[in-house]
Amino acid sequence: MNGTFNDRLEVRKNKAKYRSVAFLIATIFSVLFLVLLIASIVNQSFGYVLVEADTDPASLARNGVALEDLDAAGLVETLREGLTRKHFAALDAEAPLVSRPREELLGLIQREIIREEVQKTWLLSDSVLHKGEIFAFRDAEFPEGRIYFRSWLSIDLLKNPQSSSALDSGLRGAALGSLATILLTIALAFPLGVAAAIWLEEYARDNRINRFISLNIYNLAGVPSIIYGMLGLALFVRALEPLSSGAVFGVAGDGNASGRTILSASLTLALLVLPVIIINAQEAIRAVPQSLRQAGLALGATKWQTIWHHVLPASADRILTGTVLAMSRALGETAPLVVVGASTFLSQDPTGPFSRFTTLPIQIYQWTARPQGEFRSLAAAAILVLLILLLALNATAIIMRNRYRSRRRTGT
Amino acid sequence: MPKPLPAARLRKGGSGRGVFASAATAAEADVAVATETGAAVATETGAAGAAETYVAVATNLARRPRPGEAAIKAFLFSCASFSVLTTLGIVATLGKESWAFFREVSLVEFLTGTVWQPAIGEFGILPLASATFTTSLIAMAVALPLGLMVAIYLSEYASWKVREILKPALEVLAGIPTVVYGYFALTTVTPILRNVFGQDRVEVYNTLSAGLVMGILILPLIASMCEDALSAVPGTLREAAYAMGATKFEVTIQVVVPAAFSGLASAFILGLSRAVGETMIVALAAGAGPKLTLNPFESAETMTGHIVRISGGDLSYDSIDYTSLFAIAMTLFLVTLVLNMLSRRIVRNHREVYE
Repeated sequence: MNGTFNDRLEVRKNKAKYRSVAFLIATIFSVLFLVLLIASIVNQSFGYVLVEADTDPASLARNGVALEDLDAAGLVETLREGLTRKHFAALDAEAPLVSRPREELLGLIQREIIREEVQKTWLLSDSVLHKGEIFAFRDAEFPEGRIYFRSWLSIDLLKNPQSSSALDSGLRGAALGSLATILLTIALAFPLGVAAAIWLEEYARDNRINRFISLNIYNLAGVPSIIYGMLGLALFVRALEPLSSGAVFGVAGDGNASGRTILSASLTLALLVLPVIIINAQEAIRAVPQSLRQAGLALGATKWQTIWHHVLPASADRILTGTVLAMSRALGETAPLVVVGASTFLSQDPTGPFSRFTTLPIQIYQWTARPQGEFRSLAAAAILVLLILLLALNATAIIMRNRYRSRRRTGT
Repeated sequence: MPKPLPAARLRKGGSGRGVFASAATAAEADVAVATETGAAVATETGAAGAAETYVAVATNLARRPRPGEAAIKAFLFSCASFSVLTTLGIVATLGKESWAFFREVSLVEFLTGTVWQPAIGEFGILPLASATFTTSLIAMAVALPLGLMVAIYLSEYASWKVREILKPALEVLAGIPTVVYGYFALTTVTPILRNVFGQDRVEVYNTLSAGLVMGILILPLIASMCEDALSAVPGTLREAAYAMGATKFEVTIQVVVPAAFSGLASAFILGLSRAVGETMIVALAAGAGPKLTLNPFESAETMTGHIVRISGGDLSYDSIDYTSLFAIAMTLFLVTLVLNMLSRRIVRNHREVYE
């Protein structure tokens, strides 16, 4: 018996050693996915772009002065010659061309006369490794074309409104839309969620009603986000249209928004993140030591005074950490907002809670769904913007959590 | 030995305002504590009669109605019950529109029909359900083994330092919006699959790519829940197994994993529920157009993908297209609800065993 044990011991030890490696490999794999994901997005956000122009910018020089060096008057002349009379008059009617700044005139010439169009885009990896082939391709297929290295992630991406051309399309409306939606969402969900958590942790007795509420919150946290979108569509967009389009308040909002507004989106997202906020706040409140409450009550404070002056301040950073996480969840949500009716094309900035909206993830979704490579690159750059925002939010949450931890360790 | 008095009592001061008085024992002269203003200080010479007045006053104070407190309490309760309203709202809206749908299409036709084409009045959910099934199955095939192995590594093998690095990395993976995963599936994974399996066999939109990436999406969720379950297994169990001469691998596989089984099962079911409800990845990568197929190389539209595509376009209310979306949503809601309840039940019913 003893002999068998010893004989098998070596085999078992080896088996344990080799099979345990599988766990490590699986973990490395998972981390590799993350690296691959980020790498593929970065790979698509930068790279060579081949553009072909309707008009060669060099041919637009006037009296030997290159286009870039022309003064405003010269630029207006260029526009007058390059455009049809009707088009020129239409642009002049928007705002007198003569009084527009020089940069804007240059931009107009870029868009209306030179009219560069993307013919092909390359990935960052190809741009670095196969540079020669890319230029050979240009020489063979588009001898007139211009090739340049483009970073799709740029200041212009943040500044420009949405446009039909990928070259000057930007995220301005989407970023403002995201910001407005998130702020309104948190303003709605935060007080409601914390109040619900206080009830469940401080007041609720263990009876059937409260158990049902807890179970209900748990289940709501597991409902797919698209279901919330359907709720928002039926309830906020359709049934409560007078409210969500602002008619109740006598605000016109967008005439054609018909309930598909920032307010509808925020209400939907608020319902979506509410369980997340409640569960996090509950955990935060539960972590407050019971002695703190007893001390407050012993000094004659009422229950609410104890909660307001002692329990909440003691759990504030944890509650806020949970709220920041809920914010980052809301920031990344796409499906419910598509269902609630985000605009597919919106070149104006949102003006208030009753205007139509689009958000960063929606913009990414729409650009990704287009078949052209340049929009894919644009989507990749937008993803980088979104990820940087999320990283900032999460870093805030982690810093807050660590501060809480160190404070607890020192016992203050 | 005199009976100790409660630590603090209230009495009426000369000015008619409440004064806190604290006394350790009856034998001691009561030490009066100043009021908030610090002005009225009263001393006491421990008379039995005075003690009786204390009690009377204290009882009165306890009975004092506090409308503010009651109002706050009512407000908090209404906030908590708001979540119930949300559920009712979901059930009511989904139910109402589904009801309108099922007045035109029979439930049997909806559940057994093999064609979903609203244009010709065919509303069979099977093509949508089969795509959801395929993508979820592939996702679970990726996420289950990988998630469990990552959890085992983190909980049993990794040093404290490694865990401190890896757990945030997994959290980052979990925090990435699903639309980003959709982009990844469409622009990176699909081309790789097409190169590996052949351009002719793999369509541009296919359920395999969506399923694989969905697996990566669910992996952190499963890994972190499994890790919680494994770490909750008491150390004594492991030590007992070591004492019997088991290797670390044997302890992990034959003792810890079975002991944590309920937690692991609950994590798997919750992951499945996430996979069924996942939307953006399938909307971008799995394709548009319901098709009854289990071939992962072909395109097919899932329930969630269909809802997003149709509601993203121009949709007229009161049309059967509109109500049919709610019927799909109702199905989805019920499936995920059952899975979530099941997951919770497994944890609840088996948790006590090892505590």
